[in-house]
Amino acid sequence: MSEPTAETKSVMTLPREEVVSPLTGEPIVQYQGVTKTFGDLEVIKGIDLALYPGEKMALIGPSGSGKTTLGRMLMTLEEPTTGTILIDGEPLWQMKTSSGKLVRANEKHLRRMRQKIGMVFQHFNLFPHLSVLRNVTLAPMSVLGLSKEEAYQRAVEMLTKVGLQDKLGEYPSRLSGGQKQRVAIARALVMQPKVMVFDEVTSALDPELVGEVLEVIKEIAIDSDMAMMLITHEMDFARDIADRVIFGAEGRIVEQGSPEAIFEQPESERLQSFLKRFR
Amino acid sequence: MSVPWLDWLPLLGEGTLITIKIALLSIAVALCLSALAGLGSTSPIIIIRIASRTYIELFRACSLLVLLFWVYFALPFVGVELSKLWAGVLAIGLNIGAYGAEIVRSAIFAVPKGQYEASLALNLTPTERTWKIIIPQAVARMIPPMSNLLIELLKSTSLVYFITLSDLTYEAMIIRNNYYSYTPYIFALLLGIYFVLSSSISITMRILERKFTAWR
Ligand SMILES: Nc1ncnc2c1ncn2[C@@H]1O[C@H](COP(=O)(O)OP(=O)(O)OP(=O)(O)O)[C@@H](O)[C@H]1O
Ligand SMILES: [Mg+2]
Repeated sequence: MSEPTAETKSVMTLPREEVVSPLTGEPIVQYQGVTKTFGDLEVIKGIDLALYPGEKMALIGPSGSGKTTLGRMLMTLEEPTTGTILIDGEPLWQMKTSSGKLVRANEKHLRRMRQKIGMVFQHFNLFPHLSVLRNVTLAPMSVLGLSKEEAYQRAVEMLTKVGLQDKLGEYPSRLSGGQKQRVAIARALVMQPKVMVFDEVTSALDPELVGEVLEVIKEIAIDSDMAMMLITHEMDFARDIADRVIFGAEGRIVEQGSPEAIFEQPESERLQSFLKRFR
Repeated sequence: MSVPWLDWLPLLGEGTLITIKIALLSIAVALCLSALAGLGSTSPIIIIRIASRTYIELFRACSLLVLLFWVYFALPFVGVELSKLWAGVLAIGLNIGAYGAEIVRSAIFAVPKGQYEASLALNLTPTERTWKIIIPQAVARMIPPMSNLLIELLKSTSLVYFITLSDLTYEAMIIRNNYYSYTPYIFALLLGIYFVLSSSISITMRILERKFTAWR
């Protein structure tokens, strides 16, 4: 049996003719026939999708369409029911035994794979009992094994990037929502993942704080060669920074393309009516 | 009629020391059991979970007085003979520990799931997730209910009266035998001493709470 390549696969799922900005190189993430069922509810109904190194991919779609679930499966917070997710060509949720058999991944395998993935959550999930600085240095010290000084240096660098270099000693409870989310971004960035999932990182924020967070993400998107999966309801933001936009509904990819194609000439009726709500 | 407070002091003093001793030892036993069974009931290993649940259900359901009688009067029949003090400490520790374990367990479960998820996303090890992220936040939640429980523990130490351990209550009853007409004064004093002891528990816990929740 010949394995379809990622390209042919994603072409298969493309409703339009052209393949959109196929960045060069092997995909960093590949979803292959991924489904996810919660109880009786099939939330992801067979997704084939590739994300390329450095690509900024926006994921849009109605509430409940499974965007978060897709990101959480990548972050190893949910296990796919069927199908495979590959990171750098290696299965995320399965590992090879010494006899070459594929079995369910153990914690050790997951930890090695997770090294390449980061996530920023809708509700920040900062560690409230740790200072801003400690939030950002904790994982570099215990996971990457950096010394206190190295971790401090990196953390300050990241916190400066998100504009919070003067809040190092503060506890999260003393920060605004926008500041909290920027700390959370710094905390994820400092681990230098190859792929970062941003799951509606502004939807828990007061409207006047949304801008500062989007601004930071935009800067990161421009600066870094990290691949990004941006789950968002901010259409202007998606249009601004995404190389490719995926529109999903009810657990399937309905349409994908360049921001111009998706936002200017939506083909499917679903996407057209979805976009109307944002005008 | 002048009240002979001074005559009572030596006995009450001794009784108070005994009560403090039982209370502190029982607190140590109860806290250890709370931590073990509380953490145990969140363990991914099913045997540990079942053992913890069994302990909690069994010793929570058990009347402390009956448990005390069991430890002191029944255990000698199977060859385990404990001093009055250790019988009291064991019975109180086992009983209060079961309640404490429930406090520990629910405090752990009350830590928002996002905390676990964020620590996983940062690739911390399971042990680090538990000890660096979940437990410190759970401890902050445990302190107020634990404070209530330890005051409950202090008050229940008076049950050792029934195995004739000469604690504060026991000594007060002795004094009452000799100064019968002063009964109201004796018991007022007794209540006063318990009040002071329990206040020192709640003040200690208040200080601990402030220390553990500085981040709030
Ligand atoms: N742990 C779970 N158990 C049961 N059902 C779940 C679980 N997680 C998600 N779901 C269901 O899966 C569906 C998709 O959820 P998901 O959060 O992925 O959607 P979403 O596209 O991110 O929506 P939103 O835009 O509202 O965030 C929803 O119907 C949701 O109720
Ligand atoms: Mg979502």
